[in-house]
Amino acid sequence: MQAWFFTEMPYPHLPPMEDMSTMRVSLASKHFDPKVGADLYNRYLDEYMIADDLGLNMVLNEHHQTATCMDTCVPLTAAILARQTSKGRICILGNPIANRGDPIRIAEEMAMIDCISRGRLDAGFVRGVPYEVFAANSNPTQTVERLWEGIDLCIKAWTTTDGPFNFEGQFTHRRAVNIWPRPLQSPHPQVWITGSSDLDNIKRAASRGITFATFLQPHTKVKWMFDAYRSAHVDTGMPDGGGTSYMPLVFVGDNMEEAEKGAKALTWYLDAKTEPQYRNPPGYVPVDFNVAALKGTFTGRTEAMRKQSIEYLKDQGVLIYGTPDVVVKQIKRLYELTGGLDNLLMMMQAGFLDHASTVKNMTLFAKEVYPQIRDLPRSQPLNAKAAAE
Amino acid sequence: MTSADTKSRLMNVGGVQLEVDIRGSGAPLLLLSSEDQLENHLPFVDALAKTRQVIIPSPPGFGHSPRPDWMTNVDDIAYVYLDLIEAMKLKSTDILGFSLGGWIAAEMATKDDSLIGKLVLVDAYGVKIGGPFDVDIEDMWTQHPDKVATWKWHDAAKGKRDFAAMSDDQLTVVAQNIETFARFCWEPYMHNPKLKRRLHRIKTPTLVIWGANDGLTKPAYGKAYAELIPGAKFETIASAGHFPHIEQPDAFMKTLNGFLA
Repeated sequence: MQAWFFTEMPYPHLPPMEDMSTMRVSLASKHFDPKVGADLYNRYLDEYMIADDLGLNMVLNEHHQTATCMDTCVPLTAAILARQTSKGRICILGNPIANRGDPIRIAEEMAMIDCISRGRLDAGFVRGVPYEVFAANSNPTQTVERLWEGIDLCIKAWTTTDGPFNFEGQFTHRRAVNIWPRPLQSPHPQVWITGSSDLDNIKRAASRGITFATFLQPHTKVKWMFDAYRSAHVDTGMPDGGGTSYMPLVFVGDNMEEAEKGAKALTWYLDAKTEPQYRNPPGYVPVDFNVAALKGTFTGRTEAMRKQSIEYLKDQGVLIYGTPDVVVKQIKRLYELTGGLDNLLMMMQAGFLDHASTVKNMTLFAKEVYPQIRDLPRSQPLNAKAAAE
Repeated sequence: MTSADTKSRLMNVGGVQLEVDIRGSGAPLLLLSSEDQLENHLPFVDALAKTRQVIIPSPPGFGHSPRPDWMTNVDDIAYVYLDLIEAMKLKSTDILGFSLGGWIAAEMATKDDSLIGKLVLVDAYGVKIGGPFDVDIEDMWTQHPDKVATWKWHDAAKGKRDFAAMSDDQLTVVAQNIETFARFCWEPYMHNPKLKRRLHRIKTPTLVIWGANDGLTKPAYGKAYAELIPGAKFETIASAGHFPHIEQPDAFMKTLNGFLA
C-alpha cells in the first residue's frame, strides 16, 4: 500500500460559520487577506516538502472560488514540488479537464512536470465536483463526455511522437498537434480518475488500467465502487496496472486525547457550507438521482457527512484517528472492508489544524504507521478472465 | 407513445422523435410551453381547444421526447418545429410561446414565417439587449431557489410544486426537463447572440405579453425585445410575474383573444 499526504490548502480565517450561507462560489473575496494567504501558501508547500522528506507521496488538487481550497492551479503547485522535492511521487488529482477544456495545454503542462520531476508525476483527471461548473461556466450536463474526450486527446498527444495530428471532436478542435516536450515516463505518466457513484465510468477506467480514487465515502460504498473496478480490471501493462485509492481524514497522535483533538479539527472540511443550488447544478447527476432528490431521498455525498460525530465518521471509515497502533488497526479494517486498497490518500491537514500538529501527524504516520501497512498486498482483479474477454 | 388522458403521441419529424399532444379542432394553434411545461394541463388550454386545434409538442429532451446528442441549442429545436409544421401540412399556424417556448417561436419566425399566422411571445428568453456586464436575464442557476421563486412569481406560493404527489414518470419528466433546459441554455445564457440581428426578418403580426412583475426577465427587457420585431405590440399584465397566464389567466386570455380574433 502506498501512502500519500494531502491538504486541500484551506483558508479557514473566515466569519463565524453560522454567519455564512456558503463557503463556496459566492463568498466575497474581501474575506481573503492576501498577507495571511501568502503565509498559508508557503506553509502548505513546506508541509508537502516535509512529507517528501518523511518518505510519503504527495497528492494535490485544485478548486475555484472557495475558501476550502486555495490551490486554483494544480500544475503550478505540482511544478513547484517537482523542483523542490526529490523522492515521493506527485499525483495531480486532478486536472479538471471537463471544466477547464484545452486538453493539449494540460498535456504539455503534465509533460513538463514529468520531466522536471524526473518521472515522478501521476496525472489524474477529474470531471469536477458540482459547484465547480459555476466558476468554470461549463455545461453541467456533459461533464463525463468532456472528461473522456479530454483524457483520450491528452493521451494521444503524449504518445504521438512522429509528427502532428488533427482532432475534430465533440468539444475540442485542434490542428497540427505535436507537443514538446513529451513526458519522461513511457508511454506516459500513470493516469488516475475519481468517481463517487458512476459504476460505468469506474469500469471504463479499470478496463484501461487507469487508477481509480474516491474520497470521504462510507466504506460500504467504497467497496461497492472498488468491486466494480476490480470486476472490470485488466492489467494493461501500465506502471502498477492501475489500482484502488481512497481518501479519509487521518490524524495520528501520541495519545487518544491528542488524536481526538486533531480529528475534530479535520472535520472542519466536512462541515463546510455550500448553498443548495451549488450542490446539484441542473443535469450534473443522472436523471434517476434527480428523481430521488425530488423525493428527498438523495442529498449528496458531502451533505451526508456534515455535522456527524467523530465516532460515527470513524465507523464509516471516513475519519481515521488515534495512536499509531490504533490507526494501523483502523487502516487494516478499512483494507478488509473495502476488499483491498492500493493507495491510501490522507487528508492530514484541514481547517485550523496548525503547522506543528500537521507535521507531528505526518511524522508519527511515516515513522510508526507506514512501516506496518506498506506491505499489504495489492488488491486483486475480480473475475479477471471474464473482464479480459 | 400514446397516453389515454392526453392523446399525446410520438411523431417522427425529419428523423427526430417528438411527443405531440393535439387537442380540439379548428384553425391550428401551436402552443410552445415553458421549460417546466407548466401550461400543458391548464384550463385556458382547454378553453382554446374549444375553437382551435391546439398542438403542444415537447421539444427534444423535454416531456417524453428523446434528446438526440447532436442537438445543442434552441436553434436546433426551431428547425425541428418548422419540420413539424410542414409534416402536419399546417398553414397560417398561430404560435403561442411561453418563456423558452417564446424563444423557440421567435427563432422559428426569423427562419421561415411563410406558414405562420400570428405570433405571441409571453415572457420569452432569447435575445441579449445590454452590454457584457449587464444582466438582461437574472441568473436562476447561481441563486438560492427561494430567491429565484420571488423573481418568477408575483405570488411565490403559486410556484410551489407538489413533488410528493407526483408519479415516478412525472418526476422523471421534471428531472429530464431541468437537465435539458441546462443543456440547451447554459451558455450563452438564455439567449442566441445572433437572434437580435435576425428579428427584423419577422413579417408576422406579433404580440409580446409580459408579466408586469416579472423579476427574471423584466418588463424593460420584454419591451426592448418587442421593439426589435417590426410592428410588434407590447402588453403587460398587472400582478403577474414570469407566468402571467398562470397568475392572471382571465386578464391574459382577454389580451390574447383580442389579438388572435
